[in-house]
Amino acid sequence: MSDVALPALADVPANSVRAEAAPARRRRPLAYLQAAPMALVFLVFLAIPLLLTLMVSFWEYNEYEIIPAFTLQNYRDVFEGCGNLADPCTTARTYLSTLKFCALTLAFTLLIGFPVAYFLAFHVRSRTVQMGLFLLCTIPFWTSNVIRMISWIPLLGRNGLVNDTLQGMGVIGSPIEGLLYSDFSVTLAFVHLYTVFMIVPIFNSMARIDRSLIEAAYDAGATGWQTLWSVIVPLCKPGIAIGTIFVLTLVMGDFVTVGVMGGQQIASVGKVIQVQMSYLQFPAAAANAVVLLAAVLMMILGLTRVIDLRREL
Amino acid sequence: MTNGIRFTRRTLLQGAGTALAAGPITGFPAVHAAEPVTLRYLGTAVNQSGDIARKVKEDLGITIEYIPVVTDEVTKRAVTQPNSFDLIDTEFFSLKKIVPSGNILGMDARRIKNADKITPIFTKGEIAGKAIGDQGTAPKKVFYLEGQTGKTFASSPTEWITLIPTTYNADTLGIRPDLIKRPITSWKELLNPEFKGRASILNIPSIGIMDAAMVVEATGDYTYADKGNMTKAEIDRTIKLLIEAKRAGQFRAFWQDFNESVNLMASGETVIQSMWSPAVTKVRTQGVACTYQPLKEGYRAWATGFGLPKTLTGRKLDAAYDFVNWFLSGWAGAYLNRQGYYSAVPETAKTQMEPYEWAYWMEGKSAEKDIHGPDGGLLEKAGATRDGGSFEARMGAVACWNAVMDENTYMVRKWNEFIAA
Repeated sequence: MSDVALPALADVPANSVRAEAAPARRRRPLAYLQAAPMALVFLVFLAIPLLLTLMVSFWEYNEYEIIPAFTLQNYRDVFEGCGNLADPCTTARTYLSTLKFCALTLAFTLLIGFPVAYFLAFHVRSRTVQMGLFLLCTIPFWTSNVIRMISWIPLLGRNGLVNDTLQGMGVIGSPIEGLLYSDFSVTLAFVHLYTVFMIVPIFNSMARIDRSLIEAAYDAGATGWQTLWSVIVPLCKPGIAIGTIFVLTLVMGDFVTVGVMGGQQIASVGKVIQVQMSYLQFPAAAANAVVLLAAVLMMILGLTRVIDLRREL
Repeated sequence: MTNGIRFTRRTLLQGAGTALAAGPITGFPAVHAAEPVTLRYLGTAVNQSGDIARKVKEDLGITIEYIPVVTDEVTKRAVTQPNSFDLIDTEFFSLKKIVPSGNILGMDARRIKNADKITPIFTKGEIAGKAIGDQGTAPKKVFYLEGQTGKTFASSPTEWITLIPTTYNADTLGIRPDLIKRPITSWKELLNPEFKGRASILNIPSIGIMDAAMVVEATGDYTYADKGNMTKAEIDRTIKLLIEAKRAGQFRAFWQDFNESVNLMASGETVIQSMWSPAVTKVRTQGVACTYQPLKEGYRAWATGFGLPKTLTGRKLDAAYDFVNWFLSGWAGAYLNRQGYYSAVPETAKTQMEPYEWAYWMEGKSAEKDIHGPDGGLLEKAGATRDGGSFEARMGAVACWNAVMDENTYMVRKWNEFIAA
């Protein structure tokens, strides 16, 4: 995200300080020096490991060692049988399943996140109450991801609280099996875990909206919906985009939630990578990681095409 | 990285050498001798009991520092970070990966006091003179090395042992007799549509596929030359069956860790599933009926053992041998037997158990008194008998062993296909 923001910041001094070219030139090495620590951190902890992953993805391996070489076999294995559209290959199935969860999670987190943020930003007048309620949203984050996820299991199980209650009330005759270890339970857990990542950036965008714009819209005769749709939503686009990026990347890389809530029966890219790592098939895992990275980058690239984050921020 | 560590180690050793040489001059040699030894013990949490560490500290003065990780991680550490432990407790099937890496040292059988008393299950693949199933990575196939630093297994006994056995057992299906309400006698029941949506298999590819193979053979559909070393065609056939069952909704969930299997069974989500013996015990201690059901096709067995990293030298090496000798001398064996596992040298363990305990755990007789676990908790009331019967009946009925296949890479890929189906 920071590499998106950096150029925008760099533009400002370049335009306004052009008149004093000499001091600017003198200051440039200093600027580089100031940026150096962050750049170094990125280089050591992001760029180099990524390059290593890319390199290893072309290596050969056997049961106990990885062998420096250049082979495309790992990628061939990833895409084996993917030409057949009638019966999709493992990779295609896995990505389709993951994309399905992305879409579902995105839809629900947005549907829940936007109204919550709207309420916080426009309906709560007092700053203190606003911040208090905002902090309330983050309270679930004080416990671990896994615990929040597992706590659904006694609720949704075959003999769980929900089924028992419904049966007790006579609403259903036999337990609903699909509550747990199904697409439903996975989506539910994702929405539960990640809605806050949607609320925060949208709330942030809304808080910056100049209130006089809304007054102007009313004065011009716009209805509440028109104001929402034509003024607030467009101005919230960056927040929605950032929230979408959060949710997308979290869901794409997840394998714990899918594993626990899906009863290990639902495939995820992360799980494939984890299995390969535990069987010492590092090059195969690296190839899968590179493909995943490419897929996520493409999705984010597509998103930035729709919304120009650089301009909006 | 390895080079870096070796360099540091060498420097340290040189430093230590200088210190020792300087010792007599400065007059403080005793300080080194009195320094207590700590052994870093890499293995799975199941085998790492605090009681054993306390007892060995008491008896030998050796401090055991446990490094608990999951089965696959033990192998991974042994292959990628051989300097990070002093003693490894790993499954015999992992040896097919670890030994070729050259990271473990053959154990000198002459330094193991009870080496000739280790049960013939390991040395010859037989029990009470009767051969047992040896499909898969049976311990006898990987028990001896050609040389101390050899990378190949010896087909006949040598003085270099790869792993000194710690625990082993015979695995089968766990069932809920109260919910099934009829006798279960065959592996094929796992995929019986009667249990649609109430069955489970474990999601550890190398073990899960063996359970699936037991099912395939039980249906009479196909007989494998070696369930633990399938051909690509055999892997395809097995996975195809699993995929069909999965799409038909046979499985409620898959499990990967011990506690998941306990929860599935105890909550009634599943009524029949692959299971491990202590998990069955845990379900029972929650007051839920659960049977570790012996099946006519036999058991899938596993075994773990102690190995030494090749970097181990000097006092730590001596301490490791002392610890292994202590482990085989009885107390630890009795402790493991009381957990429902088996120990490497049954005769020494017997000396540390009460006769009624021995009769219940090892001879398959009904319990004269209440049976307590090593922690003192009540496991079974008087009159109960062990599922599957005696040591000889259970281990004698082993059909195959946990394994690493030659086509392991292909198998893992097909397993991922099964999960994605």
